[in-house]
Amino acid sequence: MTNKPSLARYRPTIQASAVIGVLIAALLIAAVTFGAQTMARLIVSGLMLGSIYMTVAVAFTLTIGVLNFLNFTIPTLFMLTGMVAWGLVAKGYVKFADGWAWLAALAVGVATAVVASLLVERFTFRYLKMKYGDATEHAIPLVSSLGFLLIFENLVLIFLGSESQRFAVPFNADIHIGGLVVGVPQIVSCALAIAIVATLSFILKNTRTGRALRTIGESPDTASLLGVEVDKVVPVVFILTGLLAGVAGALFTVNYGDVSPFMGDNVGTKAIAAMVLGGVGSIWGSIAGGFIIGVIETLSIYVFGGDSVQMVVWGLLLLIIIVRPQGLFATVSFAKAKM
Amino acid sequence: MSGYLSGVLAILCINLIFAYGIFVPAAAGQINLGGAGFQAIGAYGTAWLSSVAMWPVWITIPASMLVAGLIGFLLSFPVLRTRGVYMVLATFAFGEVVAGFLLRTEFFGGAIGMVVPAHVGLPVLACCAVSVILLTFYLMATRFGLLMRSVNDDEAVAVLMGVNVRAIQVAAFTIGGALAGLSGALYAHNFSFVEAQYFNSFLSIYVLLFVLIGGVQTVWGPLVGTSIFTLLPEVMRIGGSWRYVVFGAVIVLMMMLRPQGLVTRAMIERVSPRRLRLRRAVVGGSHGR
Repeated sequence: MTNKPSLARYRPTIQASAVIGVLIAALLIAAVTFGAQTMARLIVSGLMLGSIYMTVAVAFTLTIGVLNFLNFTIPTLFMLTGMVAWGLVAKGYVKFADGWAWLAALAVGVATAVVASLLVERFTFRYLKMKYGDATEHAIPLVSSLGFLLIFENLVLIFLGSESQRFAVPFNADIHIGGLVVGVPQIVSCALAIAIVATLSFILKNTRTGRALRTIGESPDTASLLGVEVDKVVPVVFILTGLLAGVAGALFTVNYGDVSPFMGDNVGTKAIAAMVLGGVGSIWGSIAGGFIIGVIETLSIYVFGGDSVQMVVWGLLLLIIIVRPQGLFATVSFAKAKM
Repeated sequence: MSGYLSGVLAILCINLIFAYGIFVPAAAGQINLGGAGFQAIGAYGTAWLSSVAMWPVWITIPASMLVAGLIGFLLSFPVLRTRGVYMVLATFAFGEVVAGFLLRTEFFGGAIGMVVPAHVGLPVLACCAVSVILLTFYLMATRFGLLMRSVNDDEAVAVLMGVNVRAIQVAAFTIGGALAGLSGALYAHNFSFVEAQYFNSFLSIYVLLFVLIGGVQTVWGPLVGTSIFTLLPEVMRIGGSWRYVVFGAVIVLMMMLRPQGLVTRAMIERVSPRRLRLRRAVVGGSHGR
């Protein structure tokens, strides 16, 4: 019997490397075309944007990985943070002039996102009655989350209006690194996002709750048999989701200064694309995916103009789902991604 | 008939056809969250054929319906390799790509939209809606409908029973796409104007919700769901954004209390005349002794 070395084992690595190779080649071509200065500027702003996408993508991936639930309310939570923070300022409860008041407003915004997330948990997962024998039953929490999306977004439209608003933070410092101008708030937010996600990764790997989450992700029934109190642990996922989406919303508000009831939809798109690109259920995959999508977006705005971004990102997402649904880093997912 | 009433009924007819376009794949177990994309294909196809190629109405509508069906057929192959969350995402992405493409392409009017010269009135819409509903009833009563239901209930067992699951799913998805395209074509000719911003993800979401809330187990489901959610807001005079808050709240409540939808197979069977006759025969027999 001949011992023909089988390449099949290495196919995922070859595929992933090929995709990464294509991306790097495209970046190099772009770098040569635009010049190093412009390229560096584009990449830096792409990474800043990417840090926000990555945080939201991690929220999506966590919920899908543990609960097999595509939570459509996440972009809405993102939007809630910004809009609530602005609302507090607009209605006069918070005055911008008082020192760190804007931070308090944002904190309240994040808290609102967490509360909203827990509301979603209460009314979707608690009452869930899984009925076997119906292929659309997995869609029940998804449909519920769509309902909540409608509720939250339209409540915001009713009480806070439909216009885009300014939330200008009285805090602006730039540092110059070799010809590049980078705002301090942007660096802080990028670092913060990475820190939060790294902490989450640590929690998942090393704490009891993290282990419980991973077990539930693999099999909720077995987890329950092994003594995991599923009812107490599942809300943790929703709290984390609210925190991640909320903090991402706060960072976005600080960095770009604009909030609107529709700011969630845009970011949600790209976060989902980032999650799928990196591999559903993989935290590090979402991180990588977030940054990649951020850079792709910045480059594509520069080359094709602003309108094309949605189409490029969604087209890329469709392509990934068709060609390689597991994403780039499927093998390192912390829970079995249910295909 | 007042203009307002005929407007509402026109939307109802278009929504009904669209809903049945989402129902047919859903009855075979596939959630299509990109229905607006197919509707856009039908609408823009017919708009272009009508305004640029100047074809008459009775050709443009079937033609764009065929195009939508064809695209559904082509799309079904990659999409049906996915399941669950991925299928939802893939169909959602498709809807967005179509909307984005139509928004950007000057050929189809870009952001300004296209005017549709030929007009189609409420009677035609009503006829089409009724035919589609009757056709779907017939479809679900055939062997094909039975196979679709079996695939929906349990795919693994269907495969074991020798059902060509892939063919059924492709066929269901194609029919769904064609019906959604038909609704788009009728919309274009009735409203005489199409714009890409109308065919957004929320439209896909709403129609999917009509169908899921009505119930995917029987053919009555989409009819009930669509009628309630199209007519009730008008009847109750709830305005603007509150309409959607109520809609959202209803969805959340429904998923909590009755996720299988308003109309289920059990409900239909309980009131079906065949069952009543059987019950009477059994009861009559045991009492007669």
